[in-house]
Amino acid sequence: MKMSGDFMARSSLVALGAFAIMASAITILVVIPKIMLRQVQAMPELQPYTEEQLRGRQVYIQNGCLYCHSQQIRDPAFTTDVDRGWGSRPTVPEDYVYDRPHLLGTMRTGPDLINVGQRIPSEDWHLLHLYDPRALVAWSTMPAFPFLFEEKSPEEVGENDRVVPTSGPRAKEGITVVAKPDALALVAYLISLDRQYPVADSLRATDQVVVGTRGGMGDGP
Amino acid sequence: MTAVPGDQLASADVVGRLTPQEVEAVAGSRGLAPEDLEIRLRADASSRRAVLALFAVAIGWLLVGSIFGDIASIKLHTPEFLTNHAWLTFGRVRTAHLHAVNYGWGTAALIGMSLWLMPRLVHSELKGARFAIVGAVLFTIGVAIGVVAVLAGYSDGMEWLEAPRWVAGPFLVIGGGLIGLSLFRTVISRQSEHLYVSVWYILGAFIWFPMLYVVGKWPTYNGVESAAANWFFAHNVLGFWLTAMSLGGAYYFIPKVLGRPIYSYQLSIVGFWSLAMFYSLNGMHHLVGGPLPTWMITTSIVASVFMFIPVAATAINLHMTVVGRFGAMRYSPTLRFVVIGGLAYTAVSLQGSFTALREVNRVTHFTHWTVAHSHVGGYAFVTFLAFGAMYYIVPRLLEREWPSERLIRWHFNLALGGVALYVVALSWAGVVQGLALLDPSLPFEESVRRTIPGLWGRSLAGLILTAAHFIFAYHFWLMVRRPERAVRVRPPFHDARPVLYTTRAEAGRR
Repeated sequence: MKMSGDFMARSSLVALGAFAIMASAITILVVIPKIMLRQVQAMPELQPYTEEQLRGRQVYIQNGCLYCHSQQIRDPAFTTDVDRGWGSRPTVPEDYVYDRPHLLGTMRTGPDLINVGQRIPSEDWHLLHLYDPRALVAWSTMPAFPFLFEEKSPEEVGENDRVVPTSGPRAKEGITVVAKPDALALVAYLISLDRQYPVADSLRATDQVVVGTRGGMGDGP
Repeated sequence: MTAVPGDQLASADVVGRLTPQEVEAVAGSRGLAPEDLEIRLRADASSRRAVLALFAVAIGWLLVGSIFGDIASIKLHTPEFLTNHAWLTFGRVRTAHLHAVNYGWGTAALIGMSLWLMPRLVHSELKGARFAIVGAVLFTIGVAIGVVAVLAGYSDGMEWLEAPRWVAGPFLVIGGGLIGLSLFRTVISRQSEHLYVSVWYILGAFIWFPMLYVVGKWPTYNGVESAAANWFFAHNVLGFWLTAMSLGGAYYFIPKVLGRPIYSYQLSIVGFWSLAMFYSLNGMHHLVGGPLPTWMITTSIVASVFMFIPVAATAINLHMTVVGRFGAMRYSPTLRFVVIGGLAYTAVSLQGSFTALREVNRVTHFTHWTVAHSHVGGYAFVTFLAFGAMYYIVPRLLEREWPSERLIRWHFNLALGGVALYVVALSWAGVVQGLALLDPSLPFEESVRRTIPGLWGRSLAGLILTAAHFIFAYHFWLMVRRPERAVRVRPPFHDARPVLYTTRAEAGRR
């Protein structure tokens, strides 16, 4: 008791202890994983993002899409991610090799997007959905992003303008909606999201890439 | 007895100008030895400017952050609200809220508290107070850059770490470093042999935060490594920065206001080191089920359960100090806020351990439950602590009492009612959302629809909290700007000698 009292009265020892504990935690949860995960390589089916898609990814980050949409599929033994049609298998570290930074997300105010490009490959759909989500999904609480588009009168529309196909009761009369480059880039990124290619079982079985669920993926459901 | 006007006591050289008889008279009126009074006055005078400046900045951020929070909250149930401008889109406003309240309000308020506490605790003046002031200015600029950058669409893309690394980063690092330097110099120059618990926590916070920030902002992560670094930082910035300083405050104010020593010195040692050991390994529980190696996530779940040890140690220590004296909360606004903050710390920590368990997490993960949880910690604990600290410290720096008992009452009641409604409404929304998501027979739509009433409740709660903050800001402004309206004779909540001013020596004499 006396000893511990003395120890705690020396600021240098308290500081050293505090430093050492944090340094060991950093080693365990950041440095060691970084070394282990260095060997992870992308499947041949996964292409690096194009410049256009990377720009779209930046638009995704800028406007905070990640705060409502996750990009990860979890084990079907544990969740309904696969049942919902968001993906056919849990995602693995190999699926994220080109992601800097990660956009795994922590909220599902909206649905998961890691395979949205495979699920909804239509550029028209995505453009209209970004311009006016409730034109396509009545119950949606997603914000509209009108600032990614220009509203023009039909005669102002140029030859190279990408016109968004608005119609139905919510369309404004006499106005043509044209996508700005940011909207096109964002849609290119969304459509590129597809991690449905198969992953080898041998890959899943290694220690480094066992998914964080009850039994691990190797001994799945 | 010589009357010494209160205002004079606050000036730096006052002790030198008073005759020994005068010093003795003032000290006697507070139940102190003359040397002790002198130490205390010098300590307070040395930190006065830096602390008041930081408190003012903090309150400014609190108002800004509250408004952003309200806008973001309304958008979640009324998505057509303010959609025309990019800077007002949900993803930006929500993040501006997070930065304004955590790095603006919470951080500035608790740094201010720490700069006031440290000299008092080590019986010294604040060394390098000028560094601290310059540091506070730089840090504030850094936070402002972060908030503006997020609104303007410049974000590094990781939660809690959005402020641009190479623009806001240098201001935050240099600013925080200068403040830390001032605190470390103060500890080194100390006159007391003993280091009180609060000193460990504050010292720890200023060692831990730079380490965490560098790890979180390291620019070379790839893929899921960046998720690990992200949640390592985002979880620990609460535990090792905001929580650490807040616990330092709780360990000071509860015994101080009650005039009663802390329940157990041994327990406080256990609490401190076990917090460091276990909390630091918790971060990966934000990624349960995610595409990371199982052992990482399991490590964090186990560490989260072990959090029972520091939490129990700290809870027993703080609550046993108060037991039998809860009545004193009626007389001291500081005690009200700090004791409730302490209870919220216990609650939020146990909730956190529980939520990390896989069986619970499969319901609550990706839902509003997590947001409610973070407000138990960030508001009911950290923010209440900061309010309590300000109610105690500002009168001692300005040597006058808070002008209005009514404003304090309104502030407290709205803050408590608001956060209670917030947590209940949003936790409920999170649970129904999680259960709907787990039922494969329900379409996704149901998980959206069923949360809407809870989200409305949260918006109402947010507006109540914002009202509380404006009342507090107005009161602070009255206190600082209008000395003639300040009531000196009758301090808040009590006609007789308030507990607020009871010193340990007096408590012993009674």
